Amino acid sequence: MPYITLESHLPGITGLLEYRKDSAQPIRELTQFLLRGPSSLSEGERELIASIVSSGNECRFCTTAHTAAANMLLGENETSDKALKDIATAPVSDKMKALLVIAAKVRESGKSVTNEVIAAAKAAGATDIEIHDTVLIAALFCLYNRYVDGLDTFTPTDPQYYENLADRIVHHGYTRLPEGYDHLKKTISS
Amino acid sequence: MAHINLNNDLPGIRGPMAYRPETAKPLNELAEILLRDDNNTLSRGDRELIGAYVSYLNDCFFCQNVHGAMAQHYMQCDMHFIDGIKQDFTAAAISDKMKSLLAIAAAVQKGGKHVTAALIDQAKEQEATDTEIHDTVLIAAAFCMFNRYVDGLGTFAPQDRQLYVNRAPQRAEEGYAGLDLYK
Repeated sequence: MPYITLESHLPGITGLLEYRKDSAQPIRELTQFLLRGPSSLSEGERELIASIVSSGNECRFCTTAHTAAANMLLGENETSDKALKDIATAPVSDKMKALLVIAAKVRESGKSVTNEVIAAAKAAGATDIEIHDTVLIAALFCLYNRYVDGLDTFTPTDPQYYENLADRIVHHGYTRLPEGYDHLKKTISS
Repeated sequence: MAHINLNNDLPGIRGPMAYRPETAKPLNELAEILLRDDNNTLSRGDRELIGAYVSYLNDCFFCQNVHGAMAQHYMQCDMHFIDGIKQDFTAAAISDKMKSLLAIAAAVQKGGKHVTAALIDQAKEQEATDTEIHDTVLIAAAFCMFNRYVDGLGTFAPQDRQLYVNRAPQRAEEGYAGLDLYK
C-alpha cells in the first residue's frame, strides 16, 4: 500500500503524476525534452542512461520500465542486459560507456563526478551538451526513483505491464495522455 | 571551472540554466510550484527549509546557501538558526510536524527505500496530510536532482554566505518561474 492515497489502477510514477498534476507538468516537460527532444544521443541511448541510474538506485519500477523502453528503441535486449551488469564490457561505443560512467557517478553524488571521468568522455568524443544532458538525465532519475520508492508506490510484477508502459513512452512520450488514464482501470488489477 | 564550457560566468545552477534554456524553464517551474506557490498548507519557509536541509545533506554549498537564505528570509530568523536546524533539527525550535517532515526528507536523501512506514506514521501522528507528505518527498527528491545538477557539472559557488542572504528578498519577490538568470 502506498503511503498516501493514490488511484489504485495507476502503479509507480503514473499515480503520483496524476495525484498532483501541477507539479507533474514541469516534470513531464523536462523528461519529454531530455529523453525525446532533439539530441545527438539516440532515444535508446538516453533511455539506457535512465535505466542504469534507476538500477543503481534499486528502483524496480523505473528500472524495469526504462529498460523495456531502451530495448524497444534499440530493437534488442543484449545491450541493456550487459550494460546493467558492467558498463566497461557493454556492447556500446566508447563515448556511450564514458557517459554511462558519468551517469553512475551523478547517481552517487554530484561531487563524485571527477575531472577524470569528464576528460575521458571528452576524449571519446562527447560534446559539452551531451555531457550536460547526461548529468541532468541522471539527476532527474535520482528524483524519479526517490519519488516512486519514497512514497512506496505499487510495483507490478507482470512483465506485460511494462511492455504496455514501454509502448506508451516510446510511441507517445512523456506528456500526459490527452484522454487521461481512466481506460487503464480495465487492464490493471492490483 | 565548470566541467563544460557554459558560455557564461554565472554562479551555481544559473550557469547551466543559461546554457540550456529549454531545460531551465521546467526546472524553474517545478521550483515555483513546489517552493513558492501559495496554494499549499506548508509555508514557503517550511518548504525552503526542506530544500536547504536536503542540500546540506548532499553537501551542495550553492543550493544549501540559496535555499537556507530563502528559508531565513521567510522565517525572519538569522543564519545561526538555520545552521542549527541543519546540524540537529530535532533540537531546533520548530514544530513537531516540521521535525517529522524533515526526518522524511533526510530519508529520501539517502534513497527512496529509506522512507519507512514508521517515519510516515510519525508524520501522520503530527497531523501531516497526504499532500504535505507528498510534497515533502517530492521537494526532497527534487533537491537530489538540483544538487547533482549543480555539483555534477562542477559549477562554482560564491563563498561569502552573506551574498546569498542579500539576494533572498529579491528572489522571494520575483519567484523562480520566468527567472532572469542574469539579474
